[in-house]
Amino acid sequence: MLPLGFRRARLFVMASEAAWGQIIAFDELRTDFKSPIDQCNPVHARERLRNIERICFLLRKLVLPEYSIHSLFCIMFLCAQEWLTLGLNVPLLFYHFWRYFHCPADSSELAYDPPAVMNADTLSYCQKEAWCKLAFYLLSFFYYLYCMIYTLVSS
Amino acid sequence: MSAPAESPHPAASARIPPKLGGAPASGAAASAGPGPAPHQQNGPAQSQMQVPSGYGVHPQNYIPPSGHYPQGPGKMTSLPLDSQCGDYYSGLYTVPTQNVVTSNTANQQPGAQHVYGRGPPAPHIVGSTPGSFQGAASSTSHLHTSASQPYSPFVNHYSSPTMYSANSSVASQGFPSTCGHYAMSTVSNAAYPSVSYPSLPAGDPYGQQMFTSQNAPTVRPVRDNSFSGHSTAIGHPSPLPPPPSHQYHQQQSLSGCSTLSWSTSGLPSTQDNVVRNHTGTLATAGSNPTNTVADSLSCPVMQNVQPLKSSPVVPTVLPGASSTRTPPAANRPVEPVASVTQPSELLQQKGVDSSSTTSSASPVPNSYDALEGGSYPDMLSSSASSPAPDPAPEPDPAPAPAPSAPQPSKMAKPFGYGYPALQPGYQNATAPLNSAVPPSSPGYSGFQPYAQYPGMNQLSSSLGGLSLQSSPQPESLRPVNLTQERNILPMTPVWAPVPNLNLDLKKLNCSPDSFRCTLTNIPQTQALLNKAKLPLGLLLHPFRDLTQLPVITSNTIVRCRSCRTYINPFVSFIDQRRWKCNLCYRVNDVPEEFMYNPLTRSYGEPHKRPEVQNSTVEFIASSDYMLRPPQPAVYLFVLDVSHNAVEAGYLTILCQSLLENLDKLPGDSRTRIGFMTFDSTIHFYNLQEGLSQPQMLIVSDIDDVFLPTPDSLLVNLYESKELIKDLLNALPNMFTNTRETHSALGPALQAAFKLMSPTGGRVSVFQTQLPSLGAGLLQSREDPNQRSSTKVVQHLGPATDFYKKLALDCSGQQTAVDLFLLSSQYSDLASLACMSKYSAGCIYYYPSFHYTHNPSQAEKLQKDLKRYLTRKIGFEAVMRIRCTKGLSMHTFHGNFFVRSTDLLSLANINPDAGFAVQLSIEENLTDTSLVCFQTALLYTSSKGERRIRVHTLCLPVVSSLADVYAGVDVQAAICLLANMAVDRSISSSLSDARDALVNAVVDSLSAYGSTVSNLQHSALIAPSSLKLFPLYVLALLKQKAFRTGTSTRLDDRVYAMCQIKCQPLVHLMKMIHPNLYRIDRLTDEGAVHVNDRVVPQPPLQKLSAEKLTREGAFLMDCGSVFYIWIGKSCDNNFIEDVLGYPNFASIPQKMTHLPELDTLSSERARSFISWLRDNRPLSPILHVVKDESPAKTEFFQHLIEDRTEAAFSYYEFLLHIQQQICK
Repeated sequence: MLPLGFRRARLFVMASEAAWGQIIAFDELRTDFKSPIDQCNPVHARERLRNIERICFLLRKLVLPEYSIHSLFCIMFLCAQEWLTLGLNVPLLFYHFWRYFHCPADSSELAYDPPAVMNADTLSYCQKEAWCKLAFYLLSFFYYLYCMIYTLVSS
Repeated sequence: MSAPAESPHPAASARIPPKLGGAPASGAAASAGPGPAPHQQNGPAQSQMQVPSGYGVHPQNYIPPSGHYPQGPGKMTSLPLDSQCGDYYSGLYTVPTQNVVTSNTANQQPGAQHVYGRGPPAPHIVGSTPGSFQGAASSTSHLHTSASQPYSPFVNHYSSPTMYSANSSVASQGFPSTCGHYAMSTVSNAAYPSVSYPSLPAGDPYGQQMFTSQNAPTVRPVRDNSFSGHSTAIGHPSPLPPPPSHQYHQQQSLSGCSTLSWSTSGLPSTQDNVVRNHTGTLATAGSNPTNTVADSLSCPVMQNVQPLKSSPVVPTVLPGASSTRTPPAANRPVEPVASVTQPSELLQQKGVDSSSTTSSASPVPNSYDALEGGSYPDMLSSSASSPAPDPAPEPDPAPAPAPSAPQPSKMAKPFGYGYPALQPGYQNATAPLNSAVPPSSPGYSGFQPYAQYPGMNQLSSSLGGLSLQSSPQPESLRPVNLTQERNILPMTPVWAPVPNLNLDLKKLNCSPDSFRCTLTNIPQTQALLNKAKLPLGLLLHPFRDLTQLPVITSNTIVRCRSCRTYINPFVSFIDQRRWKCNLCYRVNDVPEEFMYNPLTRSYGEPHKRPEVQNSTVEFIASSDYMLRPPQPAVYLFVLDVSHNAVEAGYLTILCQSLLENLDKLPGDSRTRIGFMTFDSTIHFYNLQEGLSQPQMLIVSDIDDVFLPTPDSLLVNLYESKELIKDLLNALPNMFTNTRETHSALGPALQAAFKLMSPTGGRVSVFQTQLPSLGAGLLQSREDPNQRSSTKVVQHLGPATDFYKKLALDCSGQQTAVDLFLLSSQYSDLASLACMSKYSAGCIYYYPSFHYTHNPSQAEKLQKDLKRYLTRKIGFEAVMRIRCTKGLSMHTFHGNFFVRSTDLLSLANINPDAGFAVQLSIEENLTDTSLVCFQTALLYTSSKGERRIRVHTLCLPVVSSLADVYAGVDVQAAICLLANMAVDRSISSSLSDARDALVNAVVDSLSAYGSTVSNLQHSALIAPSSLKLFPLYVLALLKQKAFRTGTSTRLDDRVYAMCQIKCQPLVHLMKMIHPNLYRIDRLTDEGAVHVNDRVVPQPPLQKLSAEKLTREGAFLMDCGSVFYIWIGKSCDNNFIEDVLGYPNFASIPQKMTHLPELDTLSSERARSFISWLRDNRPLSPILHVVKDESPAKTEFFQHLIEDRTEAAFSYYEFLLHIQQQICK
């Protein structure tokens, strides 16, 4: 149980880092340079577009590791027969599956489509999602830590 | 944890936003009572209520200050006039003479008004100068402005004082007077019907203005009383929308107030008005008001022309119009009398010539269009307004605004400071009113009610009474039992409701053609919005062709320092040196340059600047707004020349159109053009100057495309014109024997991107089949057997990211890709469309195009190309939409790339592009009574100028649910819903989208039923403002984009969706709900006169086969197509006179033209059809459909009130909704 706990902790740090990364990325997306004149500049347009594309690309790159780490966890919980923990994680697991496989239409793309991501509701939704996940990861990190110490002590 | 349920994805909940508010709103406290009644009850106090909210109140509060601004009155008049763009310019031009006139007229006019109205007005006014004539000519434009005039008397009451020293006591009078206004206005409404404006085609607000102008004459008498004529003129102009007129008055007063604050400035402004009037009068003198009506927009140029042409229409009207304008002059003079006027006049005179000077506002409008190149702005703009013409329009607009009067009494903090001062000035005017003689004009019997009010002071009480009687409940709230009322469709086209603002603001407000909101009364809180279950959003047509547009050149463009809002008519001036932003409420300094008014050549009246007098203005941007020199106009044509394309034969048509329009391509001397063709290889054309003939360069390596000679592929249009012509002449025959069936569209686009990226510009892609080679190749995804499936429609989204990525790259390089898809088979428009969607291009689709087999499509292509090549274009554009603090935008619809949460990146902007934005209310709007929206479009014109077009819309905030319902703009709501439904069908599924549409109706009607009406629950009750909602939703459900069960090709469906996304509201509405007219019995009754032609105005028929009789012939106007359906036993006379065939049997199956026969009925039919055509950018194709011909299914598909095998009839749909509500 012990090594498993450690590994979990480390993995979880990674998962939360992914969430952090997302939050930072969304923040960057949201921030536009505040000088409107500059913003309206055609040259700026190119930079800005590149930026958006870059961030979207980054976000997409983060998606898969995050999801896979999380599902790995769930599998480990399943193997360890930690039903309670598993139960806590299953909703998120399903959400991830839904997010991953529910691609609009036939496009092979995941979420974070550059043309759509700047729509305020998409952006704020994604941001909210990232914050929620971060909170969840953090809480569960401490919960696992507690469990680990508990098992350590009790054994 | 993030709950999946929350997901923004459409799938999450089928319902469209309106649904947002969970359970149906409970009875809620919402004041169910009819809005208006309460207002009426209040005496003077009410006036405040009615007043645009903040404004009315302020005056009272600030009465003391008013004293300071005695001069104000002049401003009032000027404001209304200014508001109308056309006037503005005309004013500029005419100015010199006018100035002179004004001084003279000031006092003289009392009697003059009447005279003018009748016809000779010019002389009176003119008295002083020849210029006056000009003014008269321009009067047509004035008419618009003056529309409010009828009510002006009221204004006078209020405002008149300004002229005379404003006393605090006076101010108090003013308030009551406002109340009076209100009542008065109602009266006037009543009067409207009586007055006959049959011929007037005032559809738009402008059009309405025309009407008002007519009314004006009647009003005038009243004015005479008050002002001795001067005032009358003024008042008339303002009442554009008859009903709203009340509000106008108030608004005017408000605006006037602001002006007043700058006493000195006020005088000059008045002069301006005068000037305008004069110009207007000239026009009128020549022409009938009706003509002007057609022009509604009132661009100076148009007016002048039309007047000449038209004349006969309505003599009575004319006099009124002319009179109205003239009176204003009188008013103005009065103001000047106060003191300043003469100096200002002098200034003006000096400046007259200088109007074009660099200093600032330039009267460019006339020349502007020409300069900018393409487009038929005048026709189009005029058309938009003109269609309405029938008398009916009046009633419609009137009821909505006037009745809805109840506004939140809360005073907005932001506004109003400046205004209070003005009112006192108005009060002064009251005195004159008393003296006024009752109007005696015979023609204006309708207005007689005014006579009843002997004294302005008394008015308030009497008015209050009147208003009560006349409008117990706003028309827009009248409950309509949908299942009972069979003829729900009005006889005339539906007009946009006019926001319930005071008169001044109403006149200043943006034209609904450019800027519309789904709710003209903005709910105070998101909770209230949720309760109403209506979508909140804006519909924009920002780059519309305008006949007249103030263009401002100045070194500093005045903007709010924190939110960067452009200064607009709805800001308030705290004092002469500071203004308060109406979006973020920051107090800003007025820059020194802004103190100087180039129009009047006077100093110290910032509120008279064109920026503050027009809600639609265009700035010429300084170099701050560009990092690189403005790009030249660059056009690249990418043409499919595979076997399929050659077979279809579009090349001939394209080359022909290009040859014809080569000189009309918008651009300057730097304009560049290039051509590429592709099949399985890519062909470039070297057109470098100096070559003896075009050189064709073939690149066959489509996996790694390169440019053979980067420099000479895009060449200067003028330097290489001969070569270009050679190429265009040769192109159609170059590939006639090609055997190449493949199409390497993707690589061709990549090459085009490489070619364009240094400059940016426009790429026009012509494609006739599925791309089958290289990057971006597509497979057929359509299963023909699923075309009429009622279940799932798949493949509405793109199959590959290639085109989207390419579009984004293009967008980054300021290149737009326009797609012309001419194909006979499935071409996966869903994927191809991405190249235009995200690069701000446009999409044209010609199913089963063939130049000989399908001549109507060929003709359509030809006409579309002509428009496409010659219309205006803006490059490297960005559009930013701002709104009052508390509101936020969240989803955009249209073709663009969203670069930031409120910034749209548009590589190109064209006049036919529409946009939609969804709004939400993030903070309560309890502390403001008005909200404003501002769209700023920064673009590079084809002449290489950086320009900013700014539209500002102002709307009242309401706190009761009833008021929210009263202000619904059904058409805008439907268009927004359609946009949302397209998104939903792509991201989720078509059936979700359909459910969401139905739910939108069910929710809003049930919310209304449970909270507002309190009537029988068994019946399906809708407020009058929403009565067409179910009908339109049903029409949407039967639209190609959303229909199920009827065989629809995937490309057709996707194209319909693209159109919904990017068409402006006017065109979209025709597409959703076509207009049906009976044309075998056209008469001149109610006809409109446009440019010498008599255009009959048949009533609208509902879209049901029950209206079709075998004996008749019917015209259906579907926006991009016209159908003429000929009944089997149609009168042979008609067939012979109009179609040119002896009898029904001899009419050919395919007929796309009406012959030019020299018979009355033929003339009428043709003038009606060409009049309808003039109103839109893409000239529709006419199909003559015989009963029994196979083509008739097309026609019958549009009869949306009928049952089809797969869809409800209208009545069934209502029952269905009722059932849903009761659930």
